[in-house]
Amino acid sequence: MVLAFFKWCEASALGKGISGSVYLFPVVEAVHLLALAVIGGAVLIVDMRLAGLGLKKESAAAVAREAEPWLLGSLSVMLISGFMLMCSEAMRCYYNGAFWIKMYSLFGAILFTFTIRRRVAAGATAPGTSAKAILVALISVLLWSGVGLGGRGIGFY
Amino acid sequence: MLLQFMQWLEATPLSVAFHESIWSFPIVESVHVLGLCLFLGMAVLTDLRLMGITFKRVPLSEVMGYVLPWTWAGAVIMVVSGMVLFLNTPVRYYTNIFLRVKFCMLFLAVVNAWVFHSGIYRRIARWDRTIPTPTYARIAGAVSLLMWGGVVIAGRMIAYNWFDKR
Repeated sequence: MVLAFFKWCEASALGKGISGSVYLFPVVEAVHLLALAVIGGAVLIVDMRLAGLGLKKESAAAVAREAEPWLLGSLSVMLISGFMLMCSEAMRCYYNGAFWIKMYSLFGAILFTFTIRRRVAAGATAPGTSAKAILVALISVLLWSGVGLGGRGIGFY
Repeated sequence: MLLQFMQWLEATPLSVAFHESIWSFPIVESVHVLGLCLFLGMAVLTDLRLMGITFKRVPLSEVMGYVLPWTWAGAVIMVVSGMVLFLNTPVRYYTNIFLRVKFCMLFLAVVNAWVFHSGIYRRIARWDRTIPTPTYARIAGAVSLLMWGGVVIAGRMIAYNWFDKR
């Protein structure tokens, strides 16, 4: 079923349009990278605050609230541009180990970010940090790094 | 003369070893991309605050105080990993149009940051909490965003050989 979906993606007008063009893939890839810079900032600023490393005068809850729209916006751009890139070489991705590392990390990162991390950050209204907050920040950085490393790995696999 | 230097650099054992290794380039490239998240993530946040878009209730000096050390750490990662990547094929990179565009925009981004820090930021006490931020601060933030965005795009395009001389 997953294989059928990837075959469908590869054969779709979107996939064929991008893979058939010399410039479309690089352009979408560049958009993907620009959004990476934004999502990097939106994720890291909250994790740093959770770990007690930055913006210490603000509570982690306030920093998370401020970063949330940027996280959602950049994540949307990442998912849409990423899906377009995947369609253009769907079969290559299907048989690419790095792609699947990226997808599993991404699933974990999104799940973790919008459940545990969001709840812990929203509850962290006091100054300073806690062991729980540091752990959450660490897991978040590790999961998102897995997404980045897996993603970069697709091109080399 | 620069070309001769690149040819010499490409012939050094270090460059040859880096070029011939299977894992060196992917590993250093991955560090470069993760460094991008840190460096540009922090730069984007700073620029958005300069433009009065994010962290409006936090004084600019406070944002800068916490974010700048991380930006510097990210910059060190980017410059060091970027220089190592350059060792891969110095002559090709030197003649690559996108690398030249990238370095021009990099230069402009650094000049912009320097002008901002030696100019309006010296009088930060007067506008630390002012929203909307002063016009000069907004211009500095917008120019920075545009230049760094250009650096990323041009940097990614270095991988494509559309305009390479063969």
